[in-house]
Amino acid sequence: MKRALAVLLLAVALPWALEYFDRTFYVSFASRVMIYAIAATSLNLVLGYGGMISFGHAAFVGTGAYAASILFVEGVTSAWIAWPVAVLAAAAAAWLIGAASLRTRGVYFIMITLAFAQMAFYLVNSMKAYGGDEGLTLTGRPDLGFSLGNEIAFYYVVLGFLSLILFLLHRLARSRFGRVIQAMRENAPRAEAIGFPVFRYQLACFVIAGAVGGLAGALLAAHGKYVNPGVLHWTQSGTLMVMVILGGVGRLWGGVLGAAVLLTLEHLVADYRIGWLASLAPNYQQHASLAVGVVLLVVVLFAPHGIAGLMARKRHA
Amino acid sequence: MLELKAVSKRFGGVVATDRVSMQVRQGEVHALIGPNGAGKTTLVNLISGGLAIDSGEMLFERKPLGNLKQSRRVLAGLARSYQITSIFRGMTVLDNLALAVQARSGTSFSFFNSITSERRLFDEAASIGEEVGLKAKLGSISSTLAHGEQRALEVGLALATKPRLVLLDEPMAGMGPEESARMVALIETIRAKVTVLLVEHDMDAVFRLADRISVLVNGRVIASGTPAEIRADPAVKTAYLGEEAPA
Repeated sequence: MKRALAVLLLAVALPWALEYFDRTFYVSFASRVMIYAIAATSLNLVLGYGGMISFGHAAFVGTGAYAASILFVEGVTSAWIAWPVAVLAAAAAAWLIGAASLRTRGVYFIMITLAFAQMAFYLVNSMKAYGGDEGLTLTGRPDLGFSLGNEIAFYYVVLGFLSLILFLLHRLARSRFGRVIQAMRENAPRAEAIGFPVFRYQLACFVIAGAVGGLAGALLAAHGKYVNPGVLHWTQSGTLMVMVILGGVGRLWGGVLGAAVLLTLEHLVADYRIGWLASLAPNYQQHASLAVGVVLLVVVLFAPHGIAGLMARKRHA
Repeated sequence: MLELKAVSKRFGGVVATDRVSMQVRQGEVHALIGPNGAGKTTLVNLISGGLAIDSGEMLFERKPLGNLKQSRRVLAGLARSYQITSIFRGMTVLDNLALAVQARSGTSFSFFNSITSERRLFDEAASIGEEVGLKAKLGSISSTLAHGEQRALEVGLALATKPRLVLLDEPMAGMGPEESARMVALIETIRAKVTVLLVEHDMDAVFRLADRISVLVNGRVIASGTPAEIRADPAVKTAYLGEEAPA
C-alpha cells in the first residue's frame, strides 16, 4: 500500500519534473504508457487471474477505440457519452465473443479468440464510411467538461483511470468473485464440482476485462486523435500478451510494468542509435521487437513471475 | 434418495454403462464394487453430472436430474470426490475448504469486499478440516501435503459442500493400512449425516462399511443386496470376488 502511494505521488509529480527539465514530450509518452498499462491490466485479469489464454484482446481495445471515434466524427464530442458507450460496446463484444469461445478449452480457446479478433479487424478494415484501412483522423479530443487538448490535463485523466482500475483490481482479487476465478484458473473441473458454474464466472470475468479494454481503446484514440484498424490487429493482442508476461502474469502491477518496459524499450531503440549495431544492421531501429524479444526471453527464463514477481521476491528476501 | 432407471452411456462402440438400474436409500452407505474397467467411475461421472447420459433416467430425491449441470447438482445436495486427487494445489487447506463453503453460501458475484472479512466461511471450513483430520494442516499449501492428507482433503472438499448424498470414488486409493483405517473411521462418522455411495476396491473396508452393495461388471449391475447376500451370490463369486472373498 505504501509503495502504491509512493508510485502515485511520483506519477502526480512527473509532469512538473518534465516541465522543469524541458522534456514535455514525455508527458504524452507517459500517457501512452499508462493507456497501454490499462489495456494490459485488463488482459491480465482474464489471462493472469482467470487463467483464460485470450489471444484476441485487441478486439475489445479496438471496439472501444472505434466506438469513441465514430461517435466523435458523428458530432458527439462529450467524453461523458463517448467513453461509457465505448466501454459498453467493448463489454457487449466481449460478451458475444466470450459466450462462444468459453465453450472451448486450451489451444482451441486461444485460436477461437484470435479468430474473432481477426474477424473484427477485417470488419473495420471494410468500414469505408469510417476510413476503412486508412483509419479515422479526429479533429480533437473529446470534452470532459474541460478540454483534454492540453497534454498535462489528459495525463492526469489517464492517471486517474489507471489508479482507479488498479485499486479495483486489487479489491477484486481478494473478493469472493476474485477467489472463484483464481480457483478456476487452478482447477476448473473441481470448481464446478464444488458448485461453481464455471462458464458464468469466466464469462463475467471476460466481459469485465473487455469493458476495461474498451476504456483503454477510447483513451488511446483520444490520445493519438487517430484510430486505424491496426489497433485490432492480432499483433496488438500479442503485444498486450507480451506486456502481461513481461510484467507478471496474475500480478497486480504486471500490466503496468510490462507496458512501461516494453514501450520504453521500443522508444529507446528507435531514438538512440548504437553505432556498431547500425553498421552491422543499418535499419535495426525499425525493429524494436528484436530488443523486446531478447528481454522477453531473459524474463521468461530467469523471472517466471515477470518483473513484478522479481520485485516481490526482493522485497521478501 | 437416488434412483437410476436403465441408465446407459456409450463411448463410440464401447458400452460403458449398460442399462444400469439401482437405488441408493436415504441414510445408507451403498458400496459400488466391480473389477477394473467395469464402469464404476463412468457411473459416478454420470450421476454427478460430469458426463451426460445417453438414455435412461436418474432421480435424486424423487426429482429427475435431467441434464442439470454439475454445479447445480452440487447445490442441490449431490457432491462427489475424485479417484485421482483433484484439489486446488496452490491454495492452503483452509482456502480449499472455504471455497467449497463459499459456493453454497450466497452469491459470489461480489467484486469489492474482501473475503477475509467473512469469518464464518473460514470458521466452517476449519471445522470441516478438523472433521477430516487436517486440523494441524489448515495453513499448509495443499500440494505440500502427504498423499493420505491430500486424499482426506479431497473428501473434505466434497463434504464441505454439505451434500445429502456424497459419491466417494475410491477414497482409499493408494493409501497405506493406517490411512485407510482413518478413512474408514471418517466415513463411519459422516454416515449419520449423509448418504454415501462408495466406490472402493478395498474389500475389507467395503464389507465393514456398506449397508448394501451393488456389483458392476462390464457396465451392468449383476447383483445388488446386503453384504451377506452379495457374499453368497454365485454370479458375483464367479465374476468378481473369486477367491479373494472375505470369509
